[in-house]
Amino acid sequence: MANPRQALGDLLWRRIVIVLPYLWLVLFFLVPFAIVFKISFSDPIVAQPPFTPLFDQSQNFLNWFQGSLNNYLFLLEDNLYWVSYLRSIKVAFISTIFCLLLGYPMAYYIAQSPPTKRNVLLMLIILPFWTSFLLRVYAWMGILSTNGIINSMFLWTGIIDEPIQMLYTNFAVYLGIVYTYLPFMILPLYANLERLDLNLHDAAADLGGKPLQVFRDITLPVSLPGIIAGSLLVFIPAMGEFVIPALLGGLDSLMIGRTLYDEFFVNRDWPLASAVATILLLILVLPMVFFQRTQAKSVEENS
Amino acid sequence: MDANNKMNKPHEPQVPDGSPNIQSFIQIQALSKEFNGFKAIDQVNLNIHKGELFAILGGSGCGKSTLLRMLAGLETPSSGKIILDGEDITDWPAYERPINMMFQSYALFPHMTVEKNVAYGLQKEKIPQSEIDQRVKKMLDLVQLSDFGKRKPDRLSGGEKQRVALARALIKNPKLLLLDEPLAALDKKLREQTQFELINLQEELGVTFIVVTHDQEEAMTLASRIAVMKAGKFVQIGSPTEIYEYPKNRFVADFFGTINIFDAIVIDQDDAQITATFDQSELILKAYTHNTTNIGDKVGIAVRPEKISISKDLPVDANITISKGIVWDLAYYGNHSIYRVKTESGRIVQVSTQNHKRSSEHLVEWNDEVYLSWEQNSSIVLLD
Ligand SMILES: Nc1ncnc2c1ncn2[C@@H]1O[C@H](COP(=O)(O)OP(=O)(O)O)[C@@H](O)[C@H]1O
Ligand SMILES: [Mg+2]
Repeated sequence: MANPRQALGDLLWRRIVIVLPYLWLVLFFLVPFAIVFKISFSDPIVAQPPFTPLFDQSQNFLNWFQGSLNNYLFLLEDNLYWVSYLRSIKVAFISTIFCLLLGYPMAYYIAQSPPTKRNVLLMLIILPFWTSFLLRVYAWMGILSTNGIINSMFLWTGIIDEPIQMLYTNFAVYLGIVYTYLPFMILPLYANLERLDLNLHDAAADLGGKPLQVFRDITLPVSLPGIIAGSLLVFIPAMGEFVIPALLGGLDSLMIGRTLYDEFFVNRDWPLASAVATILLLILVLPMVFFQRTQAKSVEENS
Repeated sequence: MDANNKMNKPHEPQVPDGSPNIQSFIQIQALSKEFNGFKAIDQVNLNIHKGELFAILGGSGCGKSTLLRMLAGLETPSSGKIILDGEDITDWPAYERPINMMFQSYALFPHMTVEKNVAYGLQKEKIPQSEIDQRVKKMLDLVQLSDFGKRKPDRLSGGEKQRVALARALIKNPKLLLLDEPLAALDKKLREQTQFELINLQEELGVTFIVVTHDQEEAMTLASRIAVMKAGKFVQIGSPTEIYEYPKNRFVADFFGTINIFDAIVIDQDDAQITATFDQSELILKAYTHNTTNIGDKVGIAVRPEKISISKDLPVDANITISKGIVWDLAYYGNHSIYRVKTESGRIVQVSTQNHKRSSEHLVEWNDEVYLSWEQNSSIVLLD
């Protein structure tokens, strides 16, 4: 207060701190996305880069626009894309459910453990990240293949006569995704459940709630923010997952990540690939915007 | 010492519900709770009558919450029995007991509005919604929260939260209401006001209350009877007056307000009167007790500050104990004054006097030589 110069410096500094994350988002998310978005309206050519120039002075705005919705129209025509999108949504959704069903009890158990044990358990959850993700997926190939560990063991004990086909199936894709993304479900859930006031359970039981009712009425709604955070952290990357279906899945496990990859690097149709990516982003962002809206509305209603 | 065994002491007033009764509404019998070998509650016996407002008083960590939680069914006793209204409920799960609890931190459900919090207990009873709405409304009126029904707990003040917690616990008409430090989170002024509201509510509803507190004044204001607790055991059970005037031992005497305790040695016992010396006969103390002592026993002779008179002239009365000293310290509090007098042996004795007259604080001044005197039956013999 006494020193106006210092106050100005403080204000400036505060501005910088606030602006920095926005700057980051603009530079590394908004600008690249704007470029992708723009490319999605151009046409593919055999050149370097493989699409028509972003800005063409010779044409007026109207012509430019009409000429390039082709990519999106093509997405509608060829059902390959719809099938990939729907499959991705389905796989991501089912994987999220499984992660939730497995992750919730684990997170709850960790959160209720004594502190020393808790740290060990959390360590075990995080430990797999210390080896390469690709390596771990390859390890699953070794475990699941027809002459892999599981089949060998079953054959040896005589439970089965011939190996079961597990690798290159949908089962392997789900297994891989659930295995990979489980920690992303557990950690936010743990962070939420760790703060859960156990007195709330006691209060509900005291008022006549049986254990399952207490879980439904109290634990679940109070941990809802953790459930949502964990589910988004699993659903979003699972939706665009490319490596797991490519390595563990069969030919019928086509997901949008694979389609995207093929358009970019096999067909070298960058404009179409950009259109696919733009739609993917919309599918992910629109529900979140909607969710945010309803959340904000319910907060408003309460106040 | 058995806390319940307080019968037949001639100078202790006989309170009608002071003694155990086979037909008591709530009977706690030899109840114990161990946590990994640590005895949080150790062989506790207690009888509480219907409609009573009973207080359990003790320092932090002495096991008060554990005892309440066992009554509510939230903690399983290691041994012992709990009988409520003639039924052994020791093994009943919490959700079946006709007992409700108001938690130390209130434990309001953060995702529910005030109305829904209060309605929760009724909803679990499968009561028709119209009746629930009606009873919730009535209960919110009773605790003066009618306008707060639609609010979430995080938008309430401390006092409002406290009343929601109370309403939520009372709405099921429990046979017994447990209150774990119900006023501890409120500021002093609000606490005093709420104490009286709580008493009125209890009288109005006739529900049996057990209140846990670490504040002796609160216990004395609220309760018809108090159990003083220490390290998982009851040290003394009695009415506020009984416990204040006839503390059983040093712990209780110290816990309840200020008291002067002289470490004395018994030199004579004649019937109920013992004579003891303090600091090699510098001071002869006489007091009544029904406990037998032997000559040479070490006892504590205790006197409350307000039972001691202070004067500049030597008082003349055969039945009083007199000590001489100088005023060491003096504090004027408006309605009363506190003197700290250093006796000839160097011991500090605290005296408090009511300031009936305006100028009374000028009667005795700093460094004045004064006589302290008190009646024999004002002193208490403390054996341990
Ligand atoms: N679940 C528990 N596990 C182990 N020790 C406990 C548990 N609950 C309470 N205790 C111990 O029992 C003693 C009494 O606790 P509590 O009843 O909460 O005391 P108060 O309410 O009188 O402050 C304390 O020493 C506490 O550490
Ligand atoms: Mg407590």
